[in-house]
Amino acid sequence: MLKRAHYIALGLIVLLTLTILNLPNRTTARLKLGLGSVFVPLFGLAGSTHELAGQGGDLLVSRGELLRRNETLERENQQLRLQALRAEAIERENARLSQLLGWEQKQTRLKLKLARVIAREPSNWWRTVQLDLGSRNGLTDNLPVLSADGFLVGRLASVSLTRTQVVLLGDPNCKVGARVDNESRDTGVIGASGPLDSGYVEMSYLSKNANLKPGQNVKTSGYGGIFPPDIPIGQIVDSQSVEYGLYTVARVKLGANLNALEQVWVMLP
Amino acid sequence: MNWLNTTLILLAAFLAVFWEAAFNGARHLLGAQIDLLPPLMVYTGLCADMPTIALLACLGGLSFDSLSANPLGISILPLFICGLVISLNRDLILRDQTFAQLVLGLAGSAAAPVLTLLLLLTTGHTPLLGWGTLWQLAVMSAGGAIATPLCFELFNWLERALVHSRPSQSSFRPDREIRRGR
Repeated sequence: MLKRAHYIALGLIVLLTLTILNLPNRTTARLKLGLGSVFVPLFGLAGSTHELAGQGGDLLVSRGELLRRNETLERENQQLRLQALRAEAIERENARLSQLLGWEQKQTRLKLKLARVIAREPSNWWRTVQLDLGSRNGLTDNLPVLSADGFLVGRLASVSLTRTQVVLLGDPNCKVGARVDNESRDTGVIGASGPLDSGYVEMSYLSKNANLKPGQNVKTSGYGGIFPPDIPIGQIVDSQSVEYGLYTVARVKLGANLNALEQVWVMLP
Repeated sequence: MNWLNTTLILLAAFLAVFWEAAFNGARHLLGAQIDLLPPLMVYTGLCADMPTIALLACLGGLSFDSLSANPLGISILPLFICGLVISLNRDLILRDQTFAQLVLGLAGSAAAPVLTLLLLLTTGHTPLLGWGTLWQLAVMSAGGAIATPLCFELFNWLERALVHSRPSQSSFRPDREIRRGR
């Protein structure tokens, strides 16, 4: 049986919840960022501890192992240098040919900023992470975020002075216009995925005649205005016709491992 | 129950939310993150007063939502309802029994996320749902059930270590003392 004190407490809590839920979006976002900033020192501490643990682990690696790794890296370095020389020659040739043809050269140099992932979504029904950079580092809402190896990860959702929330691919609030790298250059929309398959997303609204094959690359199409074109997303796994054959839905395996994100690139405008 | 216990509960809630955001071992292994606020609310519902339950629901819920993509304040009511229901029936519950703690932890950890999801859907949000959600709820419930007795152990230990216990009344009475001798 509810006592008077219980009624009062329940009433106050319901009132508080309704008040907070009905606050303007901007106020709620500020409140959220303010409350979340209480955790910043703890995240800093956790990050330092992680780094220290890593350094401690490095001390345990034997000299022989280090020499072996060094040798492998040197070999890899030589190969990459050769590749870079070849790429440079191709680039020069390309520039010369373009000039001969009179094409306008577009030098698209990406401005990237490296950020560290400090926290992940505590609930199970959203997919977000928090970064250690904020508006004081030049970040603004909706900037694309890439993994260390250049695959699309998501976009910035809310930016505070010192930290930023990233909505990851597969979250219901992160939709991306995408294009399949095939002859017909089929376009669709990358949307949400299942709660347990963080490595896969669904690409919907593909044409019913889309020529999809497993292994075809998927990149951003540039439609929608948030993501620039040609950022790699992943590869087609399989596809099926839905809505009585009206359009096709494909399953895409993401190139970035969203569970193991530690450092990401934020693409600045 | 005193202010120190309330402070410890709130501190534990703060650390629980931090743990959920910073460490993802359970998510990597089982596909779902375990929520530690419901087990804490089960303990609070059984051992603390109504203001502490309300404070834990408010501060714990707001902290959780501030690090999540949840709308701010959505987790307060589900947590409070768990605490209120347990608090209303606390006289009927054998709170010192591990089995009772397990069952309450299981029920609380299942009810809180389900209520939050219902609130999210009611307020027009579209959380990530599917058949996998059932597995996630099962993991959260099982994790919460295991965490609840540990929570009781931790707070009992903290109480023994930090809270001053009143001296028990002695049965010695001077007028009943047997005097020996000549």
